[in-house]
Amino acid sequence: MYEPLQQGKILSGIWMTIKLSFYCLILSVVIGIVGAFAQGSKNVIIRSLVQGYIQFFRNTPPYVQLLFFYFALGQFTPTYSPDGWLEIPIISNVGWAIISLSFFAGAFNVEIFRAGIEAVADSTKEAAESLGFSRFQTFRYVVFPLAIRVSLPSLNNNLINLMKTTTQAYGIAVPELLYQSVTIWNDYPSAQYPTMLLVFVVYILLVGVLVMSMNRWERKLRIPGYGH
Amino acid sequence: MTSKSTEVIVSIKDVHKSFGELEVLKGVSIDVRKGEVICIIGPSGSGKSTLIRCINALNDIQGGSINVCGIDVTDPKLQKLELRKRVGMVFQQYNLFPHKTALENIMMAPTLVLNEDKETVRKRAFALMQKVRLEGKENAYPGELSGGQQQRVAIARSLAMNPDVMLFDEVTAALDPETVKEVLVTIKDLAQEGMTCILVTHEMGFAREVADHIYFTDNGVIVEHGPPKTFFTKAKDPRTKEFLSQIL
Repeated sequence: MYEPLQQGKILSGIWMTIKLSFYCLILSVVIGIVGAFAQGSKNVIIRSLVQGYIQFFRNTPPYVQLLFFYFALGQFTPTYSPDGWLEIPIISNVGWAIISLSFFAGAFNVEIFRAGIEAVADSTKEAAESLGFSRFQTFRYVVFPLAIRVSLPSLNNNLINLMKTTTQAYGIAVPELLYQSVTIWNDYPSAQYPTMLLVFVVYILLVGVLVMSMNRWERKLRIPGYGH
Repeated sequence: MTSKSTEVIVSIKDVHKSFGELEVLKGVSIDVRKGEVICIIGPSGSGKSTLIRCINALNDIQGGSINVCGIDVTDPKLQKLELRKRVGMVFQQYNLFPHKTALENIMMAPTLVLNEDKETVRKRAFALMQKVRLEGKENAYPGELSGGQQQRVAIARSLAMNPDVMLFDEVTAALDPETVKEVLVTIKDLAQEGMTCILVTHEMGFAREVADHIYFTDNGVIVEHGPPKTFFTKAKDPRTKEFLSQIL
């Protein structure tokens, strides 16, 4: 465990987990916001597309989604060839992990933001409307800033789950922390328990940092004289 | 009071409005001239609020026509933005944006909707805060203001768009008697400056004092109307008499 090779594996695993979590977090939140905005559309087709997306990703196992994205959709992605021999798909396994996990968590985020949006009083939206705001301006400057404050605690939960779900990228050989740890204890069975313990500790720290920053954000968004 | 022109600025003709099966307005007609102050009174559920919400297209109508400053509100291709630049609206529950300070509440619409220069708007917002007698409260959030103060910010917020007509939908109904006065003073100032105002109100004393014309609605129709002097003393309709006898 303390030899440089193993240490390097663990560190690169942690780094990959952080990168994976970071991109998934950002992308899933963007999906959540766009989806929640689209859900308020007057167009029935757009609304049912969003609804279909949510139902699919929320009601199927994320691990199966991951495998499906990588193995099934992965076959249809174009490839490029740097040396004339190798055929490298333009979306790597890391790419697929980010896409699949983001869509998975994004489906929940849409619902989380929707709950927040519905908590914004119609009369407040009406005020914006009667001042001449467009639907997008009302969303961008009035509804969303209020909705995010309502949504933050649930969003917090979902993002914590997402960070932990990144371990499933192990299934398509993304070299994140769990993957690296397994390679270590496959080589050195006696290292299994200590390595597992290490994985736990690393996750407690990583999620801890996430929770702390989310709480800080929540405090920053607090409005004097509102809601408390 | 300032001299009234004869130019009709809001013309409501035989308006019908239903919510599903329920017919709320059954042929209402009102003409409002530039600079006039109109008060619409009547029992709850008589369609007063619905009527003024139709004027700025927050509610659509099923029959008749509404014309505001030359804009046909019933036109299916109505540019709502053009209409809303002309018409300011103040609500019973103030409906300020709780995450913005008083000053930001006032500045938002002119900067976002009219794309005006932020510094110009800021100056105007400060002036408006002064006008509604709230100088010093510019950086307070709505949650830190009293009901009457919030309502005055809401009035300033509408005025910042330089509207031609102001609609007031029972703006004092949620306030206690003391704060009602501060809001009414603000509206009175406006009326005296020649702003065209349409108010739905239960404040009879106020209506008597500032209105040029009073309309009494009941059950979706206007049953009696006239200038305050004759309205309060010489009402002919029995329903109006009954209503007035209970409150005066």
